[in-house]
Amino acid sequence: KSKKTLAKPGVKNIVLVDGVRTPFLQSGTIYADLMPHDLARAALQGLLNRTGLPKDAVDYIVYGTVIQEVKTSNVAREAALGAGFSDKTPAHTVTMACISSNQAMTTAVGLIAAGQCDAVVAGGVEFMSDVPIRHSRRMRKTMLSLNKAKTLGARLSLLGSIRLAHLAPELPAVAEFSTAETMGHSADRLAAAFGVSRLEQDEFALRSHTLAKKAQDSGLLSDVISFKVPGKDIVSKDNGIRPSTMEQMAKLKPAFIKPHGTVTAANSSFLTDGASAVLIMSEEKALAMGYKPKAYLRDFVYVSQDPKDQLLLGPTYATPKVLEKSGLTLNDIDVFEFHEAFAGQIMANLKAMESDWFAQTYMGRKTKVGAPPMEKFNSWGGSLSLGHPFAATGCRLVTTVAHRLQKEGGQYGLVAACAAGGQGHAMVIEAYPQ
Amino acid sequence: MSPMTTGFWVKGHGQRSLSVSSAVLARTHVSYEVKDNVAVVRINDPTSKVNTLSRHMQAEMVEVMNEIWGNAAVKSAVLISRKPGCFIAGADINMIQACKTAEEVTSLSQEGQKIFDQVEKSPIPIVAAINGSCLGGGLEFAIACQYRIATKSKKTILGTPEVMLGLLPGAGGTQRLPKMVGLPAAFDMMLTGKNIRPDKAKKMGLVHQLVDPLGPGLKSPEERTIEYLEEVAVDFAKGLAGRKVTVEKKKGLVQKIQDFVMGLPPVRKQIYKTVHSKVMKQSKGLYPAPLKIIECIQTGIEKGNAAGYLTESQNFGKLAMTSESRALIGLYHGQVTCKKNHFGKPERDVKKLAVLGAGLMGAGIAQVTIDKGVATILKDTTEEGLARGHQQVYKGLNDKTKKKSLTTFERDGIMSLLSGQLDYRDFENADMVIEAVFEDLSIKHKVVKEVEAVIPPHCIFATNTSALPIKDIAAASKRPEKVIGMHYFSPVDKMQLLEIITTNKTSKDTTASAVAVGLKQGKVIIVVGDGPGFYTTRCLAPMLAEAVRALQEGVGPKKLDSLTTGFGFPVGAATLADEVGIDVAAHVAEDLGKAFGTRFGGGNVEVLKMMVQKGFKGRKSGKGCYVYGAKSKEKKVNSGAEDILKSFKLTAPPAVSADEDIQYRLVSRFVNEAVLCLQEGILPDPVQGDIGAVFGLGFPPCLGGPFRFVDSHGADKLVQKMKRFEEAYGNQFTPCQLLLDHAKDSSKRFHK
Repeated sequence: KSKKTLAKPGVKNIVLVDGVRTPFLQSGTIYADLMPHDLARAALQGLLNRTGLPKDAVDYIVYGTVIQEVKTSNVAREAALGAGFSDKTPAHTVTMACISSNQAMTTAVGLIAAGQCDAVVAGGVEFMSDVPIRHSRRMRKTMLSLNKAKTLGARLSLLGSIRLAHLAPELPAVAEFSTAETMGHSADRLAAAFGVSRLEQDEFALRSHTLAKKAQDSGLLSDVISFKVPGKDIVSKDNGIRPSTMEQMAKLKPAFIKPHGTVTAANSSFLTDGASAVLIMSEEKALAMGYKPKAYLRDFVYVSQDPKDQLLLGPTYATPKVLEKSGLTLNDIDVFEFHEAFAGQIMANLKAMESDWFAQTYMGRKTKVGAPPMEKFNSWGGSLSLGHPFAATGCRLVTTVAHRLQKEGGQYGLVAACAAGGQGHAMVIEAYPQ
Repeated sequence: MSPMTTGFWVKGHGQRSLSVSSAVLARTHVSYEVKDNVAVVRINDPTSKVNTLSRHMQAEMVEVMNEIWGNAAVKSAVLISRKPGCFIAGADINMIQACKTAEEVTSLSQEGQKIFDQVEKSPIPIVAAINGSCLGGGLEFAIACQYRIATKSKKTILGTPEVMLGLLPGAGGTQRLPKMVGLPAAFDMMLTGKNIRPDKAKKMGLVHQLVDPLGPGLKSPEERTIEYLEEVAVDFAKGLAGRKVTVEKKKGLVQKIQDFVMGLPPVRKQIYKTVHSKVMKQSKGLYPAPLKIIECIQTGIEKGNAAGYLTESQNFGKLAMTSESRALIGLYHGQVTCKKNHFGKPERDVKKLAVLGAGLMGAGIAQVTIDKGVATILKDTTEEGLARGHQQVYKGLNDKTKKKSLTTFERDGIMSLLSGQLDYRDFENADMVIEAVFEDLSIKHKVVKEVEAVIPPHCIFATNTSALPIKDIAAASKRPEKVIGMHYFSPVDKMQLLEIITTNKTSKDTTASAVAVGLKQGKVIIVVGDGPGFYTTRCLAPMLAEAVRALQEGVGPKKLDSLTTGFGFPVGAATLADEVGIDVAAHVAEDLGKAFGTRFGGGNVEVLKMMVQKGFKGRKSGKGCYVYGAKSKEKKVNSGAEDILKSFKLTAPPAVSADEDIQYRLVSRFVNEAVLCLQEGILPDPVQGDIGAVFGLGFPPCLGGPFRFVDSHGADKLVQKMKRFEEAYGNQFTPCQLLLDHAKDSSKRFHK
């Protein structure tokens, strides 16, 4: 390969030293009794073990999470302390839906580029086995007033005001706050808007599971660390990879738009528990510490669009923008890792990227960017099969690109993902010279 | 609003011979193709924005249906419109208006019934795929089909608006709807004519499935949504043909109980009775259509289909010949006219509007403006005033979220367009300023000068006054060509009318711009000439003066209210005065009294002034003619006001004080002033006069407005009555010249 390097004069080279993740497990399975920071801790410790990094060498920790455990709202700090990091290492938590750990990584890149840090750990955790279920607003109000009530009479009258209906709990929904539409519903509409058939979606989902199984069996998923779950066995494999048959998948009823929708449980990503972590350093520092970095983290972009009708089109908007920034075209990219929220969402994005009309009408571009060739696309499986712990997926994508570039001998990789709120992200990654 | 058309579909006479030739000629309105044994029938009237069941459409539809029924390969059909915002909006009103006799209309109805009967008994299942308005005859067509799928688009509405035109659903609607949605819901739909949104339609059992509208894809959202609807409908059509989909849905317990209860004749009898008395209470028996609708439904259920359909067609014919129906249809046409900009496209769009004064009117204007996406500054002089106005706007929008016509998020987005402030910041970017400050000429002059110092040269200055002549306000302006009157009605977000007033200096572009803004705000607009009270206030003032007179003569507020509502006014005269505000009424009465002299006399202005002095300013102050605030249903007359009235007591002349006399005293002064406005050129035409009176002042819709009322009542009869009143009271009842002209020559009519 003789492609140019993307290093820019006057811009610090920032490298990914390594990345790890806990096995991604379907929620409600082996991790069920943990707390989010336990999982995050496991990923952080795994990263330390993998890299042999002295804890005091870490200047800062940034972690992503989406559904917050209220007791550990700054989960980065709780996990870092528990993982044995120095109490002198500051940590903060970021949230940006499914691109939360992308945000954690780019925050790290920013801290290093600005010369404030040399070594930052970034990551993300999501724990869907337990989510905060709240009392109703009315009930909360009564309970808060109860705290302030001074006399027994006042307390009794407040207690007396409680009605059965106030006891109905409030569950968090994977729904847009702005539109109240669940993501699966939006994905189904998106698939319909782009004319993506049920068959295409099932085929893509099957591909994801098949490739993930192959990658798992051939030991390619080396970012996965083993994790001894307290009171349970050692876990060392993702447990959501299940290649089925087209016939089996065709039997499923639509999960969101009934009865005529196309998005089913089998062609959607499932609720997952998991955590990931990466070590990001300035190149100088990494080399000085004797590391052999895996990749350069280059240009990145965040995009956002209409959260109702274009909720999941982030990759379509982000891809041409980041390529332009790097002076690359789609053909220059050797490895694509896109977050698979729904098979229908991926297929819709591919069709949008392949459409001049869409580029001209909605993106203000002269021509389409083009769709990635499938042989370079998510070839070790994706969120549909490996699982999708919301805030942990970004680091998995970046680490996978680095590993695939090493394995396949490519030079440039592209990560792209959509996120709730109608946002999106893309990053260009360059292989570190072997 | 989509054009209101009405409920029947007819195979035109003599169209049969056409079918031979049009098999050779290409069809223009209805086309179909057969996909996998499903005939997809697409309708699109190329000559109009909406599909109507015109004679042409019907002829082609009959041809197509016959071809489909004759094709053994076709196992099911889908009926869909190619227009993005309209399935079928109904039949053409002109078709009914062209009929000369009730029998003619009845036979049109019967033809329509016959064809929908064929559709209902179709040997293959027909799926109506509905996107956009499905009204009147369109809905009757859809409910004759075996299955209905509707999009959840904001444009999709279903309903039977015939009653609003003084008609009834005349192509089987009164017979099919009760069976489909149950008796109470069917009554509600047909008696109110209200639009039903897709979610509600599904719950009611009016449609079987809903399809979500799509966003951007490889085609425009509108185009792709129709395509998607068709794909889903074709799947269901196949399912129905293959018996994989069943039409009958399982009945829940509540439904079963309801069916059982409705099966009991005494229960039904009670329902008819209740509905009948409710209609009588609300319509005062002035509107024949609701009663006929009840009769049709009752006959169908109690005496069977044949009798029901016959009653429907006969009643339809009778209604079409009533003056009420003509009046309502006239208003409909007038409304369409008044929803157009007859002054051309303004040179600039108004992208930023500033409203001065955050009172009831100012805040209302701001609300309807931001609601349509136009950035608006709301300026007041005090923080309390501003906070109150801001809260009014918020409440107006928030109430919409409670009714689910707006999401909380949309509400927040709309609110973000509102900038509440105490200073003139950013006025340099305003394209139009509407002032709604206190009705005092010197204050208005001060405001004109202050505003003109900060606004850009192109900015229009509109004044929301209800009585002050615009030219007097414009006198303080450096650029009178940019000054115009925009008279809104309270509450601004509910009242449809906007009265625009131009002076002889107002430029045409300024008028065009004001109309454009009003249309954007969703208003029905009349454009009138300048003068004290313009048109609407000037008509209302003499009627209110007469109301005060009647009160002084000992007619109590309640009696006065029942006399006016009994004539067809939606709000009684005493209540109206309270709503408008006694202070406003006093102000207007005094101003216009000065301008017009004894013609505006009758009641004593001092009565109103005294009431204001005692704090009886109407609803807003808690007391006026009535006492407000108490939670009891029964409104209580304000005894304080009664005392004032007693101190101004006058003797009622017995010759002109019968109930009917009082009604005509009130109405004739209103009507005479309206006609005088036309005579003087304040009003450009009778159509705008009728629209202004009905939509702004609540003139009885069943009479169609003052001008149509003169036509239908007879100018001569009205003049006779006025002469009688003139004798008793004096020149406030002197008929104007134009009215006398019409009285003399009965061929003279305001409406053709």
